[in-house]
Amino acid sequence: MAQQNTADTSLRDKLRRAERRKKIEAVSLIAPLLLIMLIFYFIPIGIMLYRSVDNSQMREILPQTAAALSQWSGQGLPDEAAYGAIVADMKTAYPARTLAAAGRRLNFDKVGFYSLLLKSGRKLKKLGGPPYKEKLIELDKKWGDPHYWTVMKRGLRNITLMYLMRAVDLRYDDANHIVGVPKEQAIYISIIQRTVYISLSVTLLCLLIGYPLAYFMATSSPSVRNLLMIGLLLVFWTSLLVRTLSWILVLQDKGVVNSFLLYLGIISQPLSLVFNRVGVYVAMTHVLLPFMVLPLYSVMAGIPSYYVRAARSLGATPITAFFKVYTPMTLPGIGAGCLMVFIQALGYYITPALVGGPRDQMVSYFVAFFVNERVNWSMASALGVVLLLMTGSFYLIFGKRVNITNMKLG
Amino acid sequence: MALSAHATTGERIWYYVFRVLVAVVFIYLVFPILTIIPLSFNSGEFLHYPLQGFSLRWYQDVIASGQWAVAVKNSLIVGVSSMILATVLGTTAAVGINRVNFPGKELLVALLISPMMIPLVISALALYLFFAKIGLNDTYLGIILAHTILGIPFVLITVSATLQGFDYSLMNAGASLGAAPLPVFFRIVMPLIMPGIVSGAMFAFATSLDEVVVVLFIAGPAHRTLPLQMFSGIREHLSPTILAVATMLIFFAGLLMLTLEFLRKRNEKLNAPANIAAH
Repeated sequence: MAQQNTADTSLRDKLRRAERRKKIEAVSLIAPLLLIMLIFYFIPIGIMLYRSVDNSQMREILPQTAAALSQWSGQGLPDEAAYGAIVADMKTAYPARTLAAAGRRLNFDKVGFYSLLLKSGRKLKKLGGPPYKEKLIELDKKWGDPHYWTVMKRGLRNITLMYLMRAVDLRYDDANHIVGVPKEQAIYISIIQRTVYISLSVTLLCLLIGYPLAYFMATSSPSVRNLLMIGLLLVFWTSLLVRTLSWILVLQDKGVVNSFLLYLGIISQPLSLVFNRVGVYVAMTHVLLPFMVLPLYSVMAGIPSYYVRAARSLGATPITAFFKVYTPMTLPGIGAGCLMVFIQALGYYITPALVGGPRDQMVSYFVAFFVNERVNWSMASALGVVLLLMTGSFYLIFGKRVNITNMKLG
Repeated sequence: MALSAHATTGERIWYYVFRVLVAVVFIYLVFPILTIIPLSFNSGEFLHYPLQGFSLRWYQDVIASGQWAVAVKNSLIVGVSSMILATVLGTTAAVGINRVNFPGKELLVALLISPMMIPLVISALALYLFFAKIGLNDTYLGIILAHTILGIPFVLITVSATLQGFDYSLMNAGASLGAAPLPVFFRIVMPLIMPGIVSGAMFAFATSLDEVVVVLFIAGPAHRTLPLQMFSGIREHLSPTILAVATMLIFFAGLLMLTLEFLRKRNEKLNAPANIAAH
């Protein structure tokens, strides 16, 4: 009996050891990839997220004011210490030309801040020595307005929501409430709406023309199907830039489409088909179509033809049989295709940038714009966060139902 | 889908209308790309039809121009390096992930393939901000690492797909016969999942060869890749030289597609139990 027991435990131990070895092996196989992804992807994403709320830049421009105002209760006017601090900060920031940046940033919360800071910076020498409170208020009575000081205090915190709020057209008002920005300054919500609208339209267009194509491929003879598949995959594998370029050529004033329509006499003037919304729809639908057709096709290819035949033999009209019997069976394909197309469309940058006009650009374009042209990394990050939330939420809502990892790639 | 002999007139009409409809969609899909090819052999400088004559001048232009040669060289350096890195890292990780079950596995896989789902502009911005801190902007290493990250999801997916038909007891058999883990991997596992590895590698290379957004953010003038050169070419000065480059890329795509189709068919045969029994 005792011997039996030891044999049992030693076997169990061996098994456990083997299991553990297997686990260690697996972990050591995954670890290098995980490490690389952590350092070169997840940490960078984290940096971007933090950058959208990071306010250290402002605190570097006005460090003493930031320190002085953190002591201030926020009621009434701050005391002499704060006035002394802002004078000291302006003395270094004005010649360093960083004061203007701080002014622009604060001006968004309180119009007039930019001119206040620059004017004060310019006239600093006339102020003489401390105490500064009276002198500054005399220089510009805005310094005696508590609103400016509350805005300044908020603008010098470690963390700011200002960029994120601005990315959705919100701001703080004088009473520290979150309100919408004035109509003439509101731009981002309309860009977000435009992004969703274009993406939805492209998704619908893809479904509308991809469904018949996939259906035809799934039901035709192998030779026809192979030909269509080769065409589809050739498009899928062709560089995105090449495809976008081809649409510029085809849709331009002297392009094939316009020449053909002119030749037929349907039009007398070339239609403007590119560098506007039409071009964006045509080219984006083309670029994303394979992502609709491939999942649709893989679902349709698995549907036996006898379901529809059974429906027909039971008296359904072809239309009823198609919509009541066939289409519901293709829903997984429709879901996967729409999700793939929609999520990719949301983040599109290259195609709209090349074939769209200024009013057809989406959120991605403005992220790039703030990095490459405005050098405003905080605003770029805030818009990046908005875009990430948009795609992430759609993925979380619909991704569970549609298993993207099982998507067939070509 | 052949037309039945008893079809009604309506069904007959629909049969032909549907065919025409599909043909139109297919033309929409393929035709624009095909229009580029003849235009790239045009002897004139216009970017539209009719052609003025046959010439290879734009191809000579590509070869002669230093800018394009540098761009091709950069793209090859970045593409090949990131492909190798992504394939090695992705393959080993895929083998590891498919080997064991653990809680949170789905989440881990979702995180690892997230670079494929997250908009490129976000990856680009994140890498740009990070590289600015550690001095990797405007370097080959930076672009290679970025493209490795973007290529990894494809390798993970294709290798995992081939591993689904893989019998892990083969690894145990190898080990029980005295082979060390590395020889087991190289001599048993790798030959069997080769189709997945190769298609993953090709996906990774193609991704790198077609990637503009990240490069636009993190590459300096000395590291312009082919797509970046094309992007600025299309934006600033659209010349027939770009059409020659585009034509070459179309042929490259065709080559890529045929190779992958071949691999996919082979993998299907390898994984189909009925076929194995038949042989």
